[in-house]
Amino acid sequence: MSRIKNKFQDLRSKNQKALIAYVMAGFPSEKGTISAVRGLTKGGADIIELGMPFSDPLADGPVIQNAGFQALQKGMNFEKFLAIVKKIRKETDIPLVLMTYTNLLYRHGYEKFISIVKSVGIDGLILPDMPIDESGDFLKAARKYKMDTIFLISPNTSSERIKKIASTSSGFLYLVSVFGTTGGQQQFQNYTTHAIKNAKKILVGKIPLGVGFGVSNPDQAKFIIKSGADAIIVGSAFLRLMENTTVEKIEGKIEHFTKSLKKATISE
Amino acid sequence: MKLKYPKNGKFGEFGGRYIPETLVPAVEELEQAYLKYKDDADFKKELHYYLTQYAGRPTPLYFAENLTKIAGGAKIYLKREDLLHGGAHKINNTLGQGLLAKRMKKKRIIAETGAGQHGVATAMACSALGLDGEVYMGYKDTQRQKLNVFRMNLLGSKVHPVKEGTQTLKDAINEAIRDWITNVKTTYYLLGSAVGPHPYPVMVRDFQSVIGNEILTQMKKLEKKSPDSVIACVGGGSNAIGTFYPLIDENTKMFGIEAGGEGVKSGHHSATLVGGSKGILHGMLTYLLQDKEGQISETHSISAGLDYPGVGPEHSYLKDAKRVKYDAVNDKEAVEAFLLLSKHEGIIPALESSHAIAYAVKMAKNMPKSESIVVTLSGRGDKDVEEVGRYLNKNVKNKK
Ligand SMILES: Cc1ncc(COP(=O)(O)O)c(C=O)c1O
Repeated sequence: MSRIKNKFQDLRSKNQKALIAYVMAGFPSEKGTISAVRGLTKGGADIIELGMPFSDPLADGPVIQNAGFQALQKGMNFEKFLAIVKKIRKETDIPLVLMTYTNLLYRHGYEKFISIVKSVGIDGLILPDMPIDESGDFLKAARKYKMDTIFLISPNTSSERIKKIASTSSGFLYLVSVFGTTGGQQQFQNYTTHAIKNAKKILVGKIPLGVGFGVSNPDQAKFIIKSGADAIIVGSAFLRLMENTTVEKIEGKIEHFTKSLKKATISE
Repeated sequence: MKLKYPKNGKFGEFGGRYIPETLVPAVEELEQAYLKYKDDADFKKELHYYLTQYAGRPTPLYFAENLTKIAGGAKIYLKREDLLHGGAHKINNTLGQGLLAKRMKKKRIIAETGAGQHGVATAMACSALGLDGEVYMGYKDTQRQKLNVFRMNLLGSKVHPVKEGTQTLKDAINEAIRDWITNVKTTYYLLGSAVGPHPYPVMVRDFQSVIGNEILTQMKKLEKKSPDSVIACVGGGSNAIGTFYPLIDENTKMFGIEAGGEGVKSGHHSATLVGGSKGILHGMLTYLLQDKEGQISETHSISAGLDYPGVGPEHSYLKDAKRVKYDAVNDKEAVEAFLLLSKHEGIIPALESSHAIAYAVKMAKNMPKSESIVVTLSGRGDKDVEEVGRYLNKNVKNKK
């Protein structure tokens, strides 16, 4: 069984929801990423998403754009990404999901890319610019290497299409909570609750539903979970926390914030 | 070889829809609307009305006698898209998409622009058709094409300078796509070239095909045959595909000219088809300028409208099928052609179009006088006089 599937089963038995945390590999530095991951695991994150920066991140808002830009400026590349994953894997068995853009896979060749990242310990892939309609070759390679494929749905995705996307996904299904790019959201509107409830109804428990984009504090996390999500996904809020922090302080700060979010996933 | 409508959104292996899920319903809605209206009599009539009465179609096919003499070979004809309202071919597309947006009941229009010509053409179409326009433009481009920023404002559209990334056309597209994701229900994205996710490449091609269709009719009248060769500059590739597509089944040689910048070998260029490799950007699989890991490269060209690391997927298909030859002309040659046409024909060409002119002069020399070349003069160069002045100044200084 995959690490991700295992994790969700484990949480279900404990009557908990999942906290999925996103950090950008190489931001604010390679060391900083490792420290952040330590803070996340200590704070109780359940799954970690590692971003690999792409020059043209068109689904991302300013915070992740900036993190990716800085990581690239400091020389982040595929080899360094693999080195970071290897280091993380020496310390923890937490499920790791790679989030990046399709071109980086296409350029290496789907199969080559997937086999390499799988071999260092990546469990799943999220590609925000890869809809199921274009996923033929990608899926073939992912299945061959038992890589989980986490596709996205959106509040305007039709019920029929949600079914199709869910049956193409493994690990969990990623609901984009709002119309917009990644990043802070002041307040969720009714359509988000509606989208979560609708998706849950369609999925009938076949695959966990993660909800992300704009979840940035414990209150929002609670709200999303109360609406029915199996996991909350938090990204930009972690990066913002790291923006003005020295490397030495990253671990502690992240651990503290992670704990406050994790609390929201445990029912009282 | 003529792919009337791409199967599954693809020209061979190129094209497709590599987009965030939020945009999937939007491009599906767009495709349905396009298929519904493209052959609709009322739609065609209204578009024809605006193209003729507002934009100034048909444009002349002008025999450039002086240029022909200078080159000393084949006859050179200029397809005068520079005479269109706004000063470039872009209005063919913005009127078409503007009318479509109206029928889709979307009042808010967003667009990206490089040189500012598509932005201006969008602002004009919005003004004429009663729509609200907002245009994303790389900060670097707002600086080198100031005149067009001013024009867009005058025409009632709002310009958003984009300071992310390389601050040029590709970043303007990224930002427009982000806006579209955020406002998907109310907003129509009016893309300016034959790029992006399906159905944009085919739709923009169809709207621009008026260029090639007129060339065919005009040449049959003037020379009693289709042209021996046609040449067009390629940025995203809209004026070029509009020129080529109607002629694909003719016995016509075709040349697409990309921006060679400081030379393709220098690495400072925008010659995607000449020097690029396959990849995925802005919703399409196509040739790109990228590094070995798939990060998109910084491009360079003296002409903002050609300064783009991707290209329309149908061009990638035509390149691999060897139906069109793609080549590059560098900054220096383009500026020389800009000066040449200005001085000897009294026509100031856009720097983008100057690339095609430069190639035509080179090619005509080696062709018999009985043959003819049609060059699509995609736009006029008023917007570029300052940039050319700067270039000449710098190069004179360098020589001293
Ligand atoms: C006059 C002119 N020609 C050509 C282009 C390049 O675009 P395309 O390759 O889509 O025709 C531009 C773009 O701004 C332009 O302004």
